[in-house]
Amino acid sequence: MSVQKADVVIVGGGIMGASSAFFLRKRGLSVILLERGLIGQQASGVNFGNTRRMGRPIEELPLSNRSREIWLKFRELFGDDAELLLNGHLRLGFKPEHEERMVRYAQDAQSFGLGMQMMSGKALRERYPYLAPEVMSGCLAPYDGHANPRLAAPAIGRAAVREGAQVFENTEIVSVEKEGEEFRVTAADGRVFRAPAALITAGAWGDRISASFGEPVPMIVKGPQMAVTEPVPYAIGPTIGGIADTFEQTVYFRQVARGNIVIGGGGHELPDMVNRRAYVNPRRTLMTLGNAPRVVPALANLSIIRVWSGIEGYMKDSRAAMGPSGRVRGLYYAFGFSGEGFQLGPGVGDVMAELIATGATSTPIAHMDIGRFARAEAVA
Amino acid sequence: MGQPRVIIVGAGPAGVRCAETLVAAGLRPTVVDENRRDGGQIYRRQPDNFTRPYAKLYGTEAAGAQALHESFDALCGKSGGKIDYLPETLAWNIADGELHVTHNQRTRSLPYDALVICSGATDRLMPVKGWHYAGTYSLGASQIALKSQACAIGRQIVFMGTGPLLYLVASQYVKAGARVAAVLDTSPFMRRVAALPKLLARPAVLRNGLALVMGLKRAGVPVLTGITPIEIKGSPETGVQGVVIRDNRGNERSFECDAVAMGYHLRPETQLADLARCAFRFDHETRQWLPETGEDGRTSVPGVYLAGDGMRVLGADGAEIGGRLAALAVLKDFKCPVSDDELFALRARQAGMERFRRGLVQAFPWPAQQAAQLPDEAIVCRCEAITAGELRRTVCDKGAQEANRAKALCRVGMGRCQGRYCGNAGAEVIAHAAGVPLEQVGRLRGQAPVKPLPIAVSEEK
Amino acid sequence: MMNISRPKPGLSSSRFARLAETERPAVCIVIDGRPAEALAGDTLMVAILNNARELRESEFGDARRAGFCLMGACQDCWVWTVDGARLRACTTVVEEGMQIVTTQPGAAWANLV
Repeated sequence: MSVQKADVVIVGGGIMGASSAFFLRKRGLSVILLERGLIGQQASGVNFGNTRRMGRPIEELPLSNRSREIWLKFRELFGDDAELLLNGHLRLGFKPEHEERMVRYAQDAQSFGLGMQMMSGKALRERYPYLAPEVMSGCLAPYDGHANPRLAAPAIGRAAVREGAQVFENTEIVSVEKEGEEFRVTAADGRVFRAPAALITAGAWGDRISASFGEPVPMIVKGPQMAVTEPVPYAIGPTIGGIADTFEQTVYFRQVARGNIVIGGGGHELPDMVNRRAYVNPRRTLMTLGNAPRVVPALANLSIIRVWSGIEGYMKDSRAAMGPSGRVRGLYYAFGFSGEGFQLGPGVGDVMAELIATGATSTPIAHMDIGRFARAEAVA
Repeated sequence: MGQPRVIIVGAGPAGVRCAETLVAAGLRPTVVDENRRDGGQIYRRQPDNFTRPYAKLYGTEAAGAQALHESFDALCGKSGGKIDYLPETLAWNIADGELHVTHNQRTRSLPYDALVICSGATDRLMPVKGWHYAGTYSLGASQIALKSQACAIGRQIVFMGTGPLLYLVASQYVKAGARVAAVLDTSPFMRRVAALPKLLARPAVLRNGLALVMGLKRAGVPVLTGITPIEIKGSPETGVQGVVIRDNRGNERSFECDAVAMGYHLRPETQLADLARCAFRFDHETRQWLPETGEDGRTSVPGVYLAGDGMRVLGADGAEIGGRLAALAVLKDFKCPVSDDELFALRARQAGMERFRRGLVQAFPWPAQQAAQLPDEAIVCRCEAITAGELRRTVCDKGAQEANRAKALCRVGMGRCQGRYCGNAGAEVIAHAAGVPLEQVGRLRGQAPVKPLPIAVSEEK
Repeated sequence: MMNISRPKPGLSSSRFARLAETERPAVCIVIDGRPAEALAGDTLMVAILNNARELRESEFGDARRAGFCLMGACQDCWVWTVDGARLRACTTVVEEGMQIVTTQPGAAWANLV
């Protein structure tokens, strides 16, 4: 059977894998990118599409900022449009405790250039006259925004191909093994791919590969519950997230330039990992439809035309596994971004390329070291 | 075994006869229908305050329409009735043995033991340049305007497409006093001749069809066959202004009009079957994906049955038989007594319908080749205004060779109608641009809600 | 009825043409701020298209739309009311006092509640 070789083999063609392939090529390394389906078809393609920095754990902000710089040059770098719209991100509170949380975060994150502004309910309704009277307070990150997840990863993947990456779609991988100084990745049809370095960006399936190298991680899979409205005139600039006390009360939405409003919330469902399908629970849709008009009452006039879900990997501590393997030389990970990976995607690719090519990265990622799970086990 | 809870979706010919058969066996099914009144599409009832008699409204189908309406009225009865009838109720989703419905901004979930989906069909459309201009309607729409609202869709109308409905509606318009500019059939006349053996399975229907064509010609309406649509001419200010075609000798012909009624036979509404996770198979003859059905409308999902045009387009008579067969299948599967004689008789009649159906497919084929000939500037997806050229670029430049991938990258099928009117043609364009067989392009993945769901719905406790 | 000559269709102010059932009570509605008359039993779509040539502006492209399937399948006939509500014209029965706008409301739709 045919054997393909490169400097780096990447397993998993979502936004993490596609970005890594692109930036590795920019650094002159040869790359093989392997994807079971089509580039960007899984979590990268079905997520909400937020490109926010506000709200992320503080230690994640350097990576988020690095990624943002790349988002701003998306078309120039990747040659295609991802419909990036930076009209701000608005977090809204309905109780005094919510305001306290937002103030605390704004203070903790103030040195990262997000430009956050706390706003009273009155000020919010003056600037955004569609907000409900129940909104008590809010925090605006004026430079954040959103993009189109259906377009982004595929565009990066095509750019990686133009840069000379070898991309193999419709290639299901059955094993990743180290043989001597080389990784041997075997496809279901018998094709073999070899490289001295391997990067696992297999998302919700990444834990299977890490476990096979003796590095299991506490990851579960969840299906987000998304809905979208008919297209209506553009009115809602920022992505909006309502602070909620339970997952079922969560609601967040964004209006795309064409006018459709994407709405997420209502918790998650358990995906069917055997058939690789995730379903939307009608009850969760109804929950979200009930919650949305509490934030923007006029949404009650509109209809949703489609719902969808997907498969996302969530780590127990909500941080990805990113960085070098703790056990195997030449092995690297970037998976399990726990529903927050979309905005980080371009930055993750840039950082992993830097790490693999030079041995180090200027962006702090130690908090996502996969070794933390083994250390926690050892202490326990 | 206790009485199964049966829900029937659709109060057209299939749903009505299904309900009637179940009631006769002692059950009390729930009948859910989106419309205000029963009858489905072909036997659509006019508003209460309209006065046209059945003969005027339904022509040769008057007896069938009246019989169906009277049967349903009997099921509803004056006090309580024999069924639970939920009109103006949209079935928008199915999950875990429950049908989710909405009525008047209130939503409920209805548990079932057996679900019979009689969702009917819509027109099947092949785009033509200019079909997005105001004044272009589906063929079914032009019939509904006349039948249900006593209106013509314009003052000078071109009927274009293929199938028996083309001639039926054009004739109805002439009889009602509307001005019909032309009847333009893409199927060559010889195909009808070749299909004659199959069409003879229903001689009365065939006779009626021939009479319609003669009637149109006697009325001075140009009737052309074997035509190729080139363009619907119009402007954003006026809408439709005319139609340009190539006739069967290759000459370009124009017809002035302010309305076009267009349709290429019908396509089943399969969204509920899809949400119920029924298996689909590719039907090579009609070049579309249909839910897989076994005997008598059973699907791959136990407890879910299909009948009528929503399963396979057999027309109203075929739908009535299919509805009865599905009811008998439900009864049998739930261990209720069933007359085998009745079963076999119905199956035999359906076999004749099926033969005729295949004759229609042969005589009036879906004009697949038009997709490849669409100019780049022709709109394929009306909802999102996506052109054939954009779709082709998505195939060639972005490697999208599959329906859902193309939809994700260029939005064909992402609009309000969720691919009802662009799905078939879109797949043909993709297949041709990618150089792959149509089956390989797959089909648009079904997603709830079946039709737009108002955000203002509240759950009924 | 003979279909003899075909005069050029003049641009009438209404798209649809009533052929029968005209002896019905009148129903008064408002279209783009102007009073219009419909008949009891009309769908909203028929009511509008017997007084105007289109129902709405298309969100995309330059053509205005006048509906398509008349059976609640194509979703091409959704119109705005003056209060910012949405109605599917072909499946809504016309009611006295309905106020329809056939242009897009702009961003104001979000502020109307």
